[in-house]
Amino acid sequence: MSLSSITLISYGYIEKNLLEKTAEAVIREFQCSVSIREGHLDLSEFYDPTRRQYNGNALLKVVDSLSIPDSLKTLGIFNVDLFIPILTFIFGQAFLGGSSGIASIYRLSNKRYGIIGNDRFLSDRCTKEVIHELGHTFGLIHCPNPTCVMRSSTYVEDIDQKNQNLCAKCRDEYISLTGSQGRN
Amino acid sequence: MAKKISILIVDDEESVRDSLYNWFIEDGFRVSCAENAKKALTILESDQFDIILADIKMPGMDGLEMLRRIKSIKPDSIVIVMTAFATVDTAVKALKDGAYDYVTKPFDPDDLTHLIRNATKQISLADENENLKKKVISLENVEDLIGKSEAMKDVLREIESVAQTNSSVIITGESGTGKELVARAIHANSPRKYFPFVSVHCGALTESLLESELFGHEKGAFTGAMYNRKGRFEMADSGSIFLDEIATISTKMQVELLRVLESKTFMRVGGNKEISSDFRVICATNKDLKGMVEKGTFREDLFYRLNVVNIQIPPLRDRKEDIPALVDYFIKKYCTSMNKPPATIDSAALKRIQEFNFPGNIRELENMIERAIVVGNGRKIGLQDLPLEKTFVSSTVESLDDFEKAFILQILNKYNWNISRTAKALKVDRVTLYNKIKKYDLKLADQH
Repeated sequence: MSLSSITLISYGYIEKNLLEKTAEAVIREFQCSVSIREGHLDLSEFYDPTRRQYNGNALLKVVDSLSIPDSLKTLGIFNVDLFIPILTFIFGQAFLGGSSGIASIYRLSNKRYGIIGNDRFLSDRCTKEVIHELGHTFGLIHCPNPTCVMRSSTYVEDIDQKNQNLCAKCRDEYISLTGSQGRN
Repeated sequence: MAKKISILIVDDEESVRDSLYNWFIEDGFRVSCAENAKKALTILESDQFDIILADIKMPGMDGLEMLRRIKSIKPDSIVIVMTAFATVDTAVKALKDGAYDYVTKPFDPDDLTHLIRNATKQISLADENENLKKKVISLENVEDLIGKSEAMKDVLREIESVAQTNSSVIITGESGTGKELVARAIHANSPRKYFPFVSVHCGALTESLLESELFGHEKGAFTGAMYNRKGRFEMADSGSIFLDEIATISTKMQVELLRVLESKTFMRVGGNKEISSDFRVICATNKDLKGMVEKGTFREDLFYRLNVVNIQIPPLRDRKEDIPALVDYFIKKYCTSMNKPPATIDSAALKRIQEFNFPGNIRELENMIERAIVVGNGRKIGLQDLPLEKTFVSSTVESLDDFEKAFILQILNKYNWNISRTAKALKVDRVTLYNKIKKYDLKLADQH
């Protein structure tokens, strides 16, 4: 897989600039072509009124069922709060070694935590989350290296601590899994 | 070789199972799921899991009942119970029944991460503890290899060179020469030393028992097979397996053993799942395997598969210079274990021991010293403490006269040179005894 195609689909209002910056980082990291699309979905069907959140499992299945020509990996980006039945919230999730994943920017903004908004932080966190979930679709599992993008994050502070890139070990793993060289 | 932690998720809700499955699989765990307790117990019969994450409220058997059943089969299992309806009573009940922890759904992602991290830490500590215990045992046993004779130095050199390889080894030597100790020394000096050393005494088991012992069995495979049981090959994964008295195994077992050695895979008795295990084989025998091959009682292909390296342990009579060190070692060993003050041995007793042939080799010497410590006065081991008179065959005797001389002297010493009692013991009259003393020029000082 020398040049794979990744499709980022935004659901709900997400700034174009944020998506473009994320796409640029994905291109750099995985050395692939990336296309951005706008998705249309009635999210109310996925809303759980008791939890006041959106069902991440169901949304992942929807993204996975999309058939996009020439796209090897598809990642849905949402602006709503996602949950899975067992956890209070998730930033995103993906099928390990599969072709799809989802990520949410809902909990990535400083404003959510009562702090003044910062676009740079939001963009940085979004990029890391998207690369992280795409990493899972390439078969990468969580990495114990605190600066690796594949490190598991449960809070935004954890996301801020890591880089946007795969560590050397994960890069080697990525190359062996895909045969691709990725970022030089 | 980092161990991959395995998790079994038991929950009747598919969405919960899927969520947890995805979460743990991304963390690199080996994950399986079951939709109810019955299915989980069936899975646990054929597979082992480090952590079991089980819902309490499930149709049919509930999580607490399942917890009790799991704990009765495998008490050290880590079971974490989850529920959407948290009550203090259920939590206390679960913990009393042996649950590792209790969590309420939905969890905070951080709580789940911490929970699994702590459980994983406990598993690695338990594994580390087990390995260290085994390592201590191995090291203790290596110290038991005593000997500075050339013959023993050769054996130690061979152990050192063969330990670093993965080759099969056959250790040959008479009974009681310390074949298992040599096997343990090979293991303890090999890269496999932190993994199990599993010993199987093939001669002590019937064919069917040996089969079940080596390959393990599934529940119900035969009468009395109440639970699944791991076989010795499975237990020896990453370590070494020692097959003592290999010459005693049946032709059928020889065929099966050859197959396992070639493929390193096998199936449990009554099972249909192929199990693979990475082990090193070390065998021992006091028989002439090559001779058995020529006679057709031992398979030639198995012989060559096992006999990559042969270590021959000399009998004790061929390395008598090692006896003083061995005697000293066993005296210290038994004085310590019996909580007795340090003892010594007098020179006459040591000389007599060195003259002895020891058909039972080091095992016989060890038993002799152990007995002397038990029956002796606790300070100095003398001739009277040694059970040599009944089995005494001096290696220095080469003729009937020599034997008679040594035997009469032994009985004289036993009765402190009381002629009447000695004559009575020898069933001769006093005159005959005097004649013999004169003939052989026996003196009281001869005992020293």
